[in-house]
Amino acid sequence: MTVQSPNSLRSYPDESGHFGQFGGRYVAETLMPLILDLEKEYRAARQDPAFQAQFDDLLKTFVGRPSPLYPAPRVTEHFRKLAPKGKGPKIYFKREDLNHTGAHKINNCIGQILLAMRMGKTKIIAETGAGQHGVATATVAARFGLPCTIFMGAKDVERQKPNVFRMKLLGAEVMPVTSGAETLKDAMNEALRHWVANVHDTFYIIGTAAGPHPYPELVRDFQSVIGTETRAQMLEAEGRLPDMLVAAVGGGSNAIGMFHPFLDDPEVAMVGIEAGGHGVDTDKHAASLTGGKPGILHGNKTYLLQDEDGQITEAHSISAGLDYPGLGPEHSWLHEAGRVRYVPITDSEALEAFQLCCALEGIIPALESAHALAALPQLTAEMDEDKLLVVNVSGRGDKDIFTVAEALGVEL
Amino acid sequence: MTRFANAFAKGPALVCFITAGDGDTASNLDALVAGGADVIELGMPFTDPMADGPAIQEANLRALARGTRTADIFRIATEFRQRHPNVPLVLMGYANPMTIRGPEWFADECAKAGVDGVICVDIPSEEDAELGPALREKGVSLIRLATPTTDAARLPAVLNGSSGFLYYVSVAGITGMQQAAQGSIEEAVARLKAASDIPVAVGFGVRTPEQAAAIAKVADGVVVGSAFVEIVKQHGDSAPGPLQDYTASLAEAVHSARINA
Repeated sequence: MTVQSPNSLRSYPDESGHFGQFGGRYVAETLMPLILDLEKEYRAARQDPAFQAQFDDLLKTFVGRPSPLYPAPRVTEHFRKLAPKGKGPKIYFKREDLNHTGAHKINNCIGQILLAMRMGKTKIIAETGAGQHGVATATVAARFGLPCTIFMGAKDVERQKPNVFRMKLLGAEVMPVTSGAETLKDAMNEALRHWVANVHDTFYIIGTAAGPHPYPELVRDFQSVIGTETRAQMLEAEGRLPDMLVAAVGGGSNAIGMFHPFLDDPEVAMVGIEAGGHGVDTDKHAASLTGGKPGILHGNKTYLLQDEDGQITEAHSISAGLDYPGLGPEHSWLHEAGRVRYVPITDSEALEAFQLCCALEGIIPALESAHALAALPQLTAEMDEDKLLVVNVSGRGDKDIFTVAEALGVEL
Repeated sequence: MTRFANAFAKGPALVCFITAGDGDTASNLDALVAGGADVIELGMPFTDPMADGPAIQEANLRALARGTRTADIFRIATEFRQRHPNVPLVLMGYANPMTIRGPEWFADECAKAGVDGVICVDIPSEEDAELGPALREKGVSLIRLATPTTDAARLPAVLNGSSGFLYYVSVAGITGMQQAAQGSIEEAVARLKAASDIPVAVGFGVRTPEQAAAIAKVADGVVVGSAFVEIVKQHGDSAPGPLQDYTASLAEAVHSARINA
């Protein structure tokens, strides 16, 4: 809980961990005392200058922060040409792809492992879909010498062999999960099952701004370094705030990290990009806000893909990092409050943007970030050319080249 | 007297769990009652049963794969109540299927079907507003879980608003795995009974009549789940016979504690 100020959108969650009707602590009784403990410890850490100093130092020396705010000249030019006369804003990329381990995920993992050690926990667990959060978790576990177990759907273990090998090199144990559809949702179920049986010594590093309170809040806070840096960098570069922020939303941690420091600046528009898969009018997408409704899963109330009985339905996205049937509760709340606009982008639109970014800027973006880039045609056409737009390039796409090659029919 | 009060009045009670829609549920429920079950817990299948071990996870998925819907569960409950007017019936499951149409709708359906109580795994006392008030309004008991991690400071909050019985989850873990040491169960039950008037039933990892008898010496009830679900898996449509035999062996063990007490 941040200090409550009635006119601030940045003062949530409330004392009980809710963002309006969303969020909360929907966990088994066994976990409740630990969740309450975590909250208490997190409050204390926030007040502790030594904790903050250690976090900042690791972000600088281990992660390589600050990440650059890069003015993307050829992408800017490209969309200016396509836009009506006088339209087409100046486009910047926030380069989270340049972080150690290749994505924004590491910011949160650094913060959580410091909390784990503060709480005296000696074992680390995490869930992973494509393996990015698993790699980031295994990385910090190696850095601090804590044993680490990563739960990963058996199907994803098969699909993401390079990341499985990376995690093993980093000393983590990878547990293939064979329940359900054998993907991210099932990995999270299994991580929760393991945690409930090992609460006394185990810390669960959740990979996105979701799960029971205080996870959505603390993950957001650790990721807010993205927006805080963007703000300072834009003021330095242009002498003013950006007019629009764009970020992909799976669980939503890169987006909330980018958005949160700007929520109380009404002149800054924000757009979250959901994974539209084969299209939101099909049953193969992962757009929980566009195609789902509020429900309770994995410790929080949020928008979920589900049937009328409340059974969770399978998500689909070409991007494994967006392939989840829910999203963080703060996004559900910002959606209903109208503060952030959420737009779905299909697999094929993302693929096209992926290639465009490679060719025009010499940057191979993650497929997640390619979803954010794919919204540029529609967004830039509406904005005057003296406006400033920032895309969060949340990760690099080296991990995705096999998926992209297959989708394009290229044999490697 | 409520059905719960009756069931626990005679001494330690046997509480039996199976998953709705897994096998011939009506016949399986009848077999449990015929074998001597005092309270029935009927599991509501969910796609993501994150507090359950492999046996009950698989039962959930089998039930859903057979097309089991929420309406089917209430039909099973309604018909059970017609056949067995006096056996307490509890629905056990997860928050999303229970709250998706609103807590009032769910509480109303429970009341109409003759359901006596509800156990919701992922609504702790902190989130009681999600379901508790609606159930109490309709006179349906909210049965809460207490665990080895529920300390003295939390216990009053857990007990507040709960009724029927208190379900003591004897191990920090998921269903169907290991059983707690008898000593720790005795200590915990004594602590819970000192804090509350409602009966305390103990479950998680209970499989044999010997385990059940030992627990029945100190608690008001013994809950068995995964072991029944495994019989349903193994025997399919011919499960009622083996279910009844197994229930009878457990019931004899649990009820013998009544005489020896």
